[in-house]
Amino acid sequence: MTDDRILRFEKRRQELEQMSDEQLKARFWECCQQLVDPIVELARTHTSPSIERSVLLRMGIDSLRAHALVELIYQAGLLGKGAGHVLLRVAEKQGTDIQAAAEAVLQDKEVLAGLFQEAEHVAR
Amino acid sequence: MSPAEALEPEQKLDIEEVLDNLQEYRPRRKGWSWRVVPPGGVELGPFHFRDMSEPLKRSIGLPASRYFDQIDPQPSCVVTTEIASGRFEDDLRRMRMAAWHGADHLMVIRTTGQSHIDGLMEGTPEGTGGVPITRKQIRASRKAIDLIEDEVGRPINFHSYVSGVAGPEVAVLFAEEGVNGAHQDPQYNVLYRNINMYRSFVDAAEAKRVMAEAGIFQIDGAHNANATARAGWMVMPELMVQHGINCAFSVAAGMPRSLIGLSTVPPDAAPAPKLWLDLPYAVALRDFFSDYKMRAQQNTRYIEADVEEAVRTHTIDTLISMLTSADIQSTITPDEGRNVPWHYNNIRAVQTVKQTWAALDGIQELLTLNLDGPLGKMVRNIKVRAVAFLEEILQVGGYFAAVEQGYFVDSAMYPERNHDGIVRDGQGGVAAQSIVPRDPDYMAPVCAHFGDNHLPAGLHKSCDPVGGCTLCHPEKIAYIDELDPQDSVDQRLQETQPYRKGGLIRPEAEWAGDGVVLLQLMIPEAPAVARAAGVEVARRMGLSEPEVVNLMVLHPAEGCFLEVKGKVDFDIRKADLKLPQVEQLLPEDELRQAVRQMGLKVVSATVGEDEHSVGLREILDIKHGGIEKYGVKYHYLGTSVPVGKLIDAAIETGAHAILISTIISHNDIHRTQMKKLADLCQEKGVRERIILIAGGTQVTPDMAAETGLDATFGRGTKGIQVVDAMVKILKARGVL
Repeated sequence: MTDDRILRFEKRRQELEQMSDEQLKARFWECCQQLVDPIVELARTHTSPSIERSVLLRMGIDSLRAHALVELIYQAGLLGKGAGHVLLRVAEKQGTDIQAAAEAVLQDKEVLAGLFQEAEHVAR
Repeated sequence: MSPAEALEPEQKLDIEEVLDNLQEYRPRRKGWSWRVVPPGGVELGPFHFRDMSEPLKRSIGLPASRYFDQIDPQPSCVVTTEIASGRFEDDLRRMRMAAWHGADHLMVIRTTGQSHIDGLMEGTPEGTGGVPITRKQIRASRKAIDLIEDEVGRPINFHSYVSGVAGPEVAVLFAEEGVNGAHQDPQYNVLYRNINMYRSFVDAAEAKRVMAEAGIFQIDGAHNANATARAGWMVMPELMVQHGINCAFSVAAGMPRSLIGLSTVPPDAAPAPKLWLDLPYAVALRDFFSDYKMRAQQNTRYIEADVEEAVRTHTIDTLISMLTSADIQSTITPDEGRNVPWHYNNIRAVQTVKQTWAALDGIQELLTLNLDGPLGKMVRNIKVRAVAFLEEILQVGGYFAAVEQGYFVDSAMYPERNHDGIVRDGQGGVAAQSIVPRDPDYMAPVCAHFGDNHLPAGLHKSCDPVGGCTLCHPEKIAYIDELDPQDSVDQRLQETQPYRKGGLIRPEAEWAGDGVVLLQLMIPEAPAVARAAGVEVARRMGLSEPEVVNLMVLHPAEGCFLEVKGKVDFDIRKADLKLPQVEQLLPEDELRQAVRQMGLKVVSATVGEDEHSVGLREILDIKHGGIEKYGVKYHYLGTSVPVGKLIDAAIETGAHAILISTIISHNDIHRTQMKKLADLCQEKGVRERIILIAGGTQVTPDMAAETGLDATFGRGTKGIQVVDAMVKILKARGVL
């Protein structure tokens, strides 16, 4: 396999050696961009427990509660909605602020049940 | 919040005061600070410097600065030191020391295992090999650094790590608390921390976006490849690829290029032909990455126990930075290979950069790299291999596929392979299967969020739906003080209180009261015997836990140089120490008047076989504030003058005093010369008539009585002290 690789490299090298320094540099960055494009797309369309905890931190939730809340939201299958979105929804539904909504979820995870179906239903 | 008291150079940093009221502390600025570099250069003492930043308000110069008007030139680049003993409260004092020596980028290493902790740590537990990075620890550090930067007169950057499985949360913490710089590189997580590759990159985009918002300077993790690969100098094409991936990904996540730094380390150390390997790489990197910043770090790969070998390697690393470029010069503590760095080795590391930078100031105006020779060819070769490497990764299916096939940290030079690269499974690693697709109505109602975010229309700010986020309204930040009061800074401070404020003294390497000392000895035996003997010497000297930390063979049979560390378990009471009396000098006017009245004359020379005349000239010459300044006439006989000749000259010229300088102390020759001066004067019957004074670096004030002289002076003596002594002796003799 290494031999193949070396052969492939020799072929590439012949092409690359034709390039000027500027062209080579441009090719380097073009390749880097092509390499990261699909990864950026993955990041754009996905989230993670840490990202969602970082959102809750920014909403003024302390790290211990953010950890517990994201775990509950993940288990409820709602992480794809966004943990901040979930708390906002609870707050709207219960007519409270974000902190109280967080407390309500921590007290009783059933608060999360049907949170989005209901809203969609109402919207319809 | 009351502003903390400004620091006084004569007073210790009050750690308890730093810790007071942290729940109210807010960083006074955010973002990175570069040094101020005057484009026309800097004038310092007698010199014009070409590549320096503005000097500090308060600092400690290199030892030789005393010969150059105490100047302390500060390099144009930011200078980094890594600090993390495991107890941040002790690190704060080290930060202050490092700042006085010229560090303005304080990088705090995280405690072992923090990158695998799924969430933020809180409180102030003790760390291992680093510090648990928490909100309280950051606030205390940043608050102390505010005081320190005011004291030295230059902004100081505080830095830690946004890596691991809690990257986005750590980034938010850093943004909220005004951390100025951070390492962030998803490849580091994947390769060295075995964190799932998809999770690592998804998290990184969010973390980078948050860092950009707070102006946090980013350093990547590519240098770890040459620290990890068995043959660090072979992985250069790969290093270019790793830097390229993190840069391109960072820009895509919203970071400005001016905040993106490449962590680059010259991959080699002598006895390898370092320049032939490291210089082409340094040039190639700076060509391809001309839009980005260079954070040049000194090499750690080849450091083991020998501190001085490390310093020499680091000097050449710094030379390579100066021949190419460095926006940040990171230092490595030279004892890193043998222990968690000790206080004074941070200072040594910073001095290495300061000394090299001053010595080679403006080197690029004097020397040009010869790119037409072999250098140009080697540069081109690295670039071609890097591009070919990227093309092959694209061909095999992209980054993740390449990692699964072990493309990275293989110790052969691309395209060859040693098949010892790091292989990771996309479905494996820490936090595998933990990313979740965002739903079509996904929303994150906060600022600095990356990616799809379906916020309601018509918002002014993303955080409007929640009435503002912590980045816009810091008063919303939730502060946790401690989780475990038993493992906390308060507990530790109680234990170290006697050494910080209670009047007790113990030597210290890392922590207040740790009692660590280092012995240096030569044992005239072969290594195995020398090692055992070294430990025994330390034991009999009363050191506990003796351990040989360095052994250098001088000759297989004739002997070894050893360094043995150990601990002392006794305390010294400050109040019991007898300090030498500080001589109260007579007023200058009175001295001048007395000199005039007497027509005070002296003869002087360096004696024996001693050519060191710099110190004596400083005592004599008016331009150094020597005795001439106070009206004393001197007759300088030169160097290596026999004592007898000096006495004859004194008698002939009617001099009131003889001033000798004696630097060499080999075989106690300095004492011998001093005694000889007194004895010969006695013989010639002029002892009562002539004042006898000696000075030198190994001379101390108490040697006068022992050698029969009238006064003796050591290192750092000024002319006025010598005049003062002569006038007082003349008065005591009733001549004046």
